[in-house]
Amino acid sequence: MTTKTLKASAAGTSVIPALFAVVLGLGIITLTGHVQASALHDAAHDVRHATGFPCH
Amino acid sequence: MFSRILTSGLFAGAAAGLITALLQLYFVQPVLLHAELYEGGDLVHFGADPVTAHPDLPGIFTEPMRDGLSIIFTMLTYTGYALVMAALMSVAERQGHEINARTGLLWGLAGFITFHFAPGLSLAPEVPGVAAADIGARQIWWTITVAAAGVAMWLIAFGGNLVSYLIAALLLMAPHIIGAPEPESFSGPVPTEIGALFAARAFGVGMAAWVLLGSFAGYFWQAEGKRAEAAA
Repeated sequence: MTTKTLKASAAGTSVIPALFAVVLGLGIITLTGHVQASALHDAAHDVRHATGFPCH
Repeated sequence: MFSRILTSGLFAGAAAGLITALLQLYFVQPVLLHAELYEGGDLVHFGADPVTAHPDLPGIFTEPMRDGLSIIFTMLTYTGYALVMAALMSVAERQGHEINARTGLLWGLAGFITFHFAPGLSLAPEVPGVAAADIGARQIWWTITVAAAGVAMWLIAFGGNLVSYLIAALLLMAPHIIGAPEPESFSGPVPTEIGALFAARAFGVGMAAWVLLGSFAGYFWQAEGKRAEAAA
């Protein structure tokens, strides 16, 4: 019974960590792939071309 | 749960990212540097004299700062992908789907289609110097296409009925039927041979990278789960 309750509550809350990780991941991708600030653009230039992001 | 997602995402992303960076430096970067000779005007296509197809190109790490930054940014980018993937793996596992290094191969393939191949079908991987539409418009189209393809991949993998497959097909095709932002005119100085090779290499290395990433993420997801269970 206790185990069941624990499992159920774990399932209920585990969407939030997943959501947080998705936001963090997409944030990193946006920084490395899309942000046009020139320092970032220059540093990531070759990667953006090779990884298929719109670059210029 | 969050530490399991974070750990498997970081490990898988860093490992796959490092291998990808080296593959890109070896297979993609020389093509890009070759194109830059035309972009900068050092070589001229269709000039008075035929141009050699094999100019002297600087080797890997001739510009250590440039190539080093490329390695760091590739690792970062693939870590971002891996975090998203590990989070979705946690959701799929909770729905009863098995996650391991082997099923991870399919996750990787789906990721490649979502983030690289789907947008690249209409916004082909660009060599420097090609004509292209406004960057903002292309980024918006890229983002919408990736989002649609991601949902489509999930529906194909886990939908399990005809309607979800049809919706997936529609989501995959719609951005290309609507069309990506295109330039007003063509002005690229780079020979088409180099452009085609670049696109092919970018896709090929991208697919290898993503399959590795998926498999690594599946492996670390399972390994981290076992470790947590043993510790509990």
